[in-house]
Amino acid sequence: MSLNQIFNVAGSAVSAQSQRLNVVASNLANADTVAGPDGQAYKARQVVFQTLLMGQGAQRNANVGVQVATVREDPTAGRRVHDPKHPAADGDGYVTYSNVNPVEEMVNMISASRSYQNNVEVMNTARSLLLKTLQIGQS
Amino acid sequence: MVPRLTDSLEFHGRALMLRAQRQQLLAGNIANADTPGYRARDFDFAAALRDATSASGSGRGLGGAATPRLRDALAAQTNLDRNNVDMDRERASFAHNAVQYESTLRFVNSSIRTALDAMKSHTSG
Repeated sequence: MSLNQIFNVAGSAVSAQSQRLNVVASNLANADTVAGPDGQAYKARQVVFQTLLMGQGAQRNANVGVQVATVREDPTAGRRVHDPKHPAADGDGYVTYSNVNPVEEMVNMISASRSYQNNVEVMNTARSLLLKTLQIGQS
Repeated sequence: MVPRLTDSLEFHGRALMLRAQRQQLLAGNIANADTPGYRARDFDFAAALRDATSASGSGRGLGGAATPRLRDALAAQTNLDRNNVDMDRERASFAHNAVQYESTLRFVNSSIRTALDAMKSHTSG
């Protein structure tokens, strides 16, 4: 039954989008961090989405969900600020902050939350259609 | 007589299966709106229904509905990551398809009721 599969497809998308939202949250939380767990400045992270074939046989290509393939670190150099009094300043008096761009992250957050809502609505529609299908022949 | 009674039921049953299949396809497109390189797919409902109903004479059950030929949806706007899901269009198609599914459901219900009425005896009221 195809309608049942919609829950798997939309569910995979919802969980992928929530992971993206999670990554955005940790990026925003670390926007002003000087050092990450490895002693280096925090690097912004981005999720990479990948199509997930969920069907079998002839349905294989018609039934596509999403999964998070990897979480990639942004390799660009961090923001450097001249502040000789800062405890984390290097020999030249510069402090390296994380390379998180808060504007980009906010946009990313809005996009993720919109996609999340879209998929929740897909699930609601599929649910109401399934409930009506269950009532065939009644009334 | 009985085949004639169930003919319209079978037709609407096939249409319902195809509607459900299309709904699932559109859900996949919406789910992959942010996947890099994903190509949105759709199928021509009228052609798929014609295929499914013309092959129905061979006595296949409802479960054996033919899988419709998928094709790439045309991109309204290009995207840097080669993803061509047009969210507005997908949402519109999804809502439209849901309404069509419900109307097919009503057709199924009413043809079931017609068949039941035809089978009722006069005395039972």
